[in-house]
Amino acid sequence: MSENKAILSGNEAIARGVWEAGVRLASAYPGTPSTEILENVKNYKDIYSEWAPNEKVALEVGIGSSIAGARTLVTMKHVGINVAADPLFTLSYTGVNGGLLLVSADDPAMHSSQNEQDNRNYGRFAKIPVIEPSDSQECKDFVATALELSEKFDTPVLYRTTTRTSHSKSIVILGKRTEQPGKVELVKDMPKYTMLPVSAKKRHPLVEERIVKLKEYAETTALNRVEYNDTKIGVITNGISYQYVKEALPEASVLKLGLTYPLPENKIKDFAGKVDKLLIIEEGDPFFEDQIKVMGVKVDHGKDLFPLEGELSAAFIEAQVNGVVAEVKDAAPGLPGRPPAFCPGCSHRGIFWILKKLKVFVSGDIGCYTLGALPPISAMHACVCMGASISMGHGMAKVVENSDDMTQKVVSVIGDSTFFHSGMTSLLNAIYNKSSSVAMILDNRTTGMTGGQENPGSGRTLDGEEAIAVDIPALVRAFGIKNVVKIDPYNLVDIEDKLKLALASDEMTVIVVEAPCVLRYRISHPPLKVDPEKCTACKRCLTVSCNALSLEEKGDDSFVVIDPNMCVGCGICAQVCKFDAIGK
Amino acid sequence: METTNILLAGVGGQGVLLASQIFTSVAIEADLDVKQSEVHGMSQRGGSVTSHVRFGDKVFSPTIDPGEADFLIGFERLETLRNVHCLKPGGTIIYNSMRINPSTVAAGVAEYPDDVAAQIAAFGEKTFEVDGLGLGQQAGNPRSSNVVMVGAVSSFLSLPEALWEEKIRQLLPPKLVDLNLKAFHLGREAVKGK
Repeated sequence: MSENKAILSGNEAIARGVWEAGVRLASAYPGTPSTEILENVKNYKDIYSEWAPNEKVALEVGIGSSIAGARTLVTMKHVGINVAADPLFTLSYTGVNGGLLLVSADDPAMHSSQNEQDNRNYGRFAKIPVIEPSDSQECKDFVATALELSEKFDTPVLYRTTTRTSHSKSIVILGKRTEQPGKVELVKDMPKYTMLPVSAKKRHPLVEERIVKLKEYAETTALNRVEYNDTKIGVITNGISYQYVKEALPEASVLKLGLTYPLPENKIKDFAGKVDKLLIIEEGDPFFEDQIKVMGVKVDHGKDLFPLEGELSAAFIEAQVNGVVAEVKDAAPGLPGRPPAFCPGCSHRGIFWILKKLKVFVSGDIGCYTLGALPPISAMHACVCMGASISMGHGMAKVVENSDDMTQKVVSVIGDSTFFHSGMTSLLNAIYNKSSSVAMILDNRTTGMTGGQENPGSGRTLDGEEAIAVDIPALVRAFGIKNVVKIDPYNLVDIEDKLKLALASDEMTVIVVEAPCVLRYRISHPPLKVDPEKCTACKRCLTVSCNALSLEEKGDDSFVVIDPNMCVGCGICAQVCKFDAIGK
Repeated sequence: METTNILLAGVGGQGVLLASQIFTSVAIEADLDVKQSEVHGMSQRGGSVTSHVRFGDKVFSPTIDPGEADFLIGFERLETLRNVHCLKPGGTIIYNSMRINPSTVAAGVAEYPDDVAAQIAAFGEKTFEVDGLGLGQQAGNPRSSNVVMVGAVSSFLSLPEALWEEKIRQLLPPKLVDLNLKAFHLGREAVKGK
């Protein structure tokens, strides 16, 4: 293997690409499938990189860096763009100084997301160009083009990947870093960067002119490529769908769009005129299909054959276009699922076991603890977006009649990173508006679900340097909340007693659970054992849903066993056992 | 070279991704085009994990469609059975006989089927069961059962043995290299002549 050849994921390739293109600053909030971009950028010491507490802040940090003249990268998952939408839409007006790349990693099929919104729509909505790579080589190469485009047209660029482009690995030919000649310094330009009505009114026409110029650029850029082959079928496609099309329809002619907004109208019409049948194959929304139809181009097939939901595949395209269905045996029926679960020793386990026992309504949030919604625990009853648990819980408590009925009481549950992200303002609202609800902040000192990233509570920055570690109880008290209670998540009696007290109170209580993530910080105690003489196989311990426990049947006898390789000795199962059968 | 499709299926934490990495780096070294795809995120924490490895002269799609896998490499019995429909007619199943209970089974709300091996055998014409855990233990650590499986598959692929060894040396931490080379050869021998 030659030295400049590597097999990289799309995310690794983007990190390499921004390094090669002379980017100076990168900011992000972790979110699948985008997280590994910054985790790789941090290894390039020419780039200053940081985790922001949320996507809006990440983009604003990026805007500052761009105004100062530095090439800049900001990354997030698709729903993160919703959070960052406020600065984004006005950034479209101010434009940039140093090129600014905003990566939106979308998640068709929702492998790890709460929705499958198609963020190409943001490009059109905010009137900024959208670039979509199809493999890791393009993930790297298109970065440089995108940054040039950003500077040439004075616009942020939305760089859209999907789970398959971000997480698939393919071969990349590497290049070298080119430092950018532009000076990084602060130059005051009030009409460009201070968006008062008087200046914004002058910027808006420039945004409209920019789109017209970008349309002209779209006609000639190498980002949009025509591959003529047999002209019976012509396909217009983008991103990962291009790979599926090439595999499924090797004979077809293809117009591969790398710049998917704005569209090259002439190029599309020219291509459409040269093929007998025009297909439009894109995952998600009919984003360019609708625009192409508006151009008056006859589209033979698009979303009539390809769904709005989920991901495409080569086999599916072949079946829909050629009617060729591969011989596939049925999957084995009735197998037990293997959903993700709390890790053995996870501090969330006991909390959710008690919440279920108390029968309260759990207003949830986004993080590892969202797994508390899955069976057999099944103790989370609403989860919408980052930071919403406390505000939703407050809204519920304001309208539901106060009674002793536990099913009508609400407990909001949020993790530390999600609290810093957008839960703080929810809590501020609740206490300001005299809420009587209960909020639990599960502080495990990491951003767990995305793989254990640092955050303002972890005491470290992205590159591992020591940093502040926010004192959550002190912060909550500073909001004016008097009832701030700490609990030990490995003591079920403590959890239950303090939750009951909080639920009986007319005043808001915030319960802070301080317990570092056992996976991230490798916390482990000697494994526990089951005394088979005492075990009655009542299966009560199995309700804590720990993968280290299982029921073993030997002849007529059955008892629970603990896998010593998995158990980290947290002791939750031992507390649940009524026969004192689990111990050291 | 026609594209070879290898689907790896196992449980989060079993080293499926490291195994995939060995396949892809061997293929790239053999000057083939390679793609590999997996999904992170919710698949951690003991959930089902699959990884798609494809190599040949030119590879487009990074994923293997149902009915297209030349090899199904199962790192656990149930996960093997869950993916048997991905196998191409005439394809080969090589799987680790070990059992890991899903959380639903551990919690007593679902049952682990007791005839998994028979069901797998009924699917594939060429099926090889490997005692991955036992051979891993024999190599020095049960966690090396993923490399045992790589070894088993390697004996079906016409790629030089030295290349596999070289990549194992490169990809594993130095203190684990000898153990994993042993695991690789135990796996390779386990299916030979069958």
